[in-house]
Amino acid sequence: MFEATNRNRWARRNQSLIGALLGFMTFVLILPVLIILGVLVVEGGPAISWEFLFSEPTQGMTAGGVFPALVGTIWLVVVALLASVPLGVAAAIYLSEYASDNWLTRFINLAIINLAGVPSIVHALFGVGAFVLFFNFGTSILAASLTLAVMTLPVVIVATRESLQAVPQAFREACWSMGATRWQTIRKVVLPNSISGILTGVILEVSRTAGETAPIMFTGAAFFLPFLPQGVLDQTMAMSLHLFVISTQVPGVPEHLPYGVALVLIGMVLSMNAISIAFRMYLRGKKKW
Amino acid sequence: MVVEVSTSPKINEKLVVRDLSIRFGDKVALRNVNLEVAENEIFGIIGPAGSGKTSFLRAISRMDPFTPNMRIEGEILFDGRDTSKLRNLYAYRRRIGVVFPLPVGLPLSVYQNVAFSPKLRGIRKKSQLDEIVERCLRRAALWDEVKDRLHALGSLLSGGQQQRLTIARALAQDPEILLLDEFSIAVDPVTTMRIEDVLKELREEMTIVLVTNLVQQARRLADRTAFFLTGEMVEVGKTSELFEGQVADKRTQEYIEGRFG
Repeated sequence: MFEATNRNRWARRNQSLIGALLGFMTFVLILPVLIILGVLVVEGGPAISWEFLFSEPTQGMTAGGVFPALVGTIWLVVVALLASVPLGVAAAIYLSEYASDNWLTRFINLAIINLAGVPSIVHALFGVGAFVLFFNFGTSILAASLTLAVMTLPVVIVATRESLQAVPQAFREACWSMGATRWQTIRKVVLPNSISGILTGVILEVSRTAGETAPIMFTGAAFFLPFLPQGVLDQTMAMSLHLFVISTQVPGVPEHLPYGVALVLIGMVLSMNAISIAFRMYLRGKKKW
Repeated sequence: MVVEVSTSPKINEKLVVRDLSIRFGDKVALRNVNLEVAENEIFGIIGPAGSGKTSFLRAISRMDPFTPNMRIEGEILFDGRDTSKLRNLYAYRRRIGVVFPLPVGLPLSVYQNVAFSPKLRGIRKKSQLDEIVERCLRRAALWDEVKDRLHALGSLLSGGQQQRLTIARALAQDPEILLLDEFSIAVDPVTTMRIEDVLKELREEMTIVLVTNLVQQARRLADRTAFFLTGEMVEVGKTSELFEGQVADKRTQEYIEGRFG
């Protein structure tokens, strides 16, 4: 009754073959990540110390630490977040909860997708034109962060919109039928149930912002600046640009130094991602339906 | 225009529907419906899928601003007031309780589900909310099952409990009309009977419009019943008469007897 026919056997063999193939592809995919991390840890690991993290570069950036760049990157990320999160979340709420489906919203959606596809160097030049020159912020943290914010807005908008739309429509209908307004519905039911997705998008954006080089190199990041920035109108060093500079622009840098800088940068990004994942798991555990 | 002379003594009409048509874009969901719903009656609506029953309820509760492309033509009078001219639709919807086919426990605690609408009305005092929550859960025959877990999630209750929770939630609106849209579709027969008993009691206090896919449910509960078919109201009459075969249209009888639909 249950004997395998030839066709069954063939299907079963085929199935394990495909499984193996897909598994292999996945392994190939993570290989670069593993190699990068491995090389960085082996080559850059010896450079890392508390002193490396908390002192400034010395001897024409061929020695010393990364402290001004580390602090600068945090400044850039925080200011960029302050600009892009309120704007992006508000736009996503509008698009998902208020806007009706007409040519205008379709055009806006198209614009957002295209904004995500603009190369970062183009964003950089836009930042120079708009923030450095037109708004006259000069080359400053403010100009650089706003450029980063514009660049990462699509990520925030799309992540937020998707997590808003993951909240079942029936919840909204039930609220509306009780006489709740759109905003009451959003505040009491939709947002509390999509906050985990929104935060994930935000933290994803953070990690991307921290690593970007092109958008900040003309708008606010300095080649070498041994002081910490005092406000948003100061220039600053940044990890990503610092890595570029000591790898290609400065002669006589000991080999372990760029690896060390890269390791610190990637460590920042990965730890932010780890926090994001942990946070998402925590919020998912509290999910209510 | 023909002036209709009502033969029965004038009863207090809660809802009057005149020449109601509902469109979704180019699609007509309901055409030229005329009917009245009396105060404190249970008004049944039967008909197969796609007959416009749910659209009718959406029109009564004026959910059209939340529904893309939905257009209402004709008049719906609530206590004699034209609902198309209401300025505050939110206040209007608060007077109408709605129960959906699939139970929608909001992702809030049992307590907060029921307290949702009183809070919208601005009731903040804990003692007052406590009283409303207990009273409405008792009315919906759910209190005994949930009184020890009022702060557990409403969406984790069983289907039948959730449906009674949505009825308690609707009652907390202190509604004048209760609209039920095939409430028993996802509920076991025992719970269905319990809810039907609740509805019989509620009739004393409010007007109920009961859309149902179960012909026998209309027979058990409704004072009068309307038969909808593919976007038209075929007829409306006393439930007892319809089920005794006193029908104006052969299709009504065929549907009631289960020969189609």
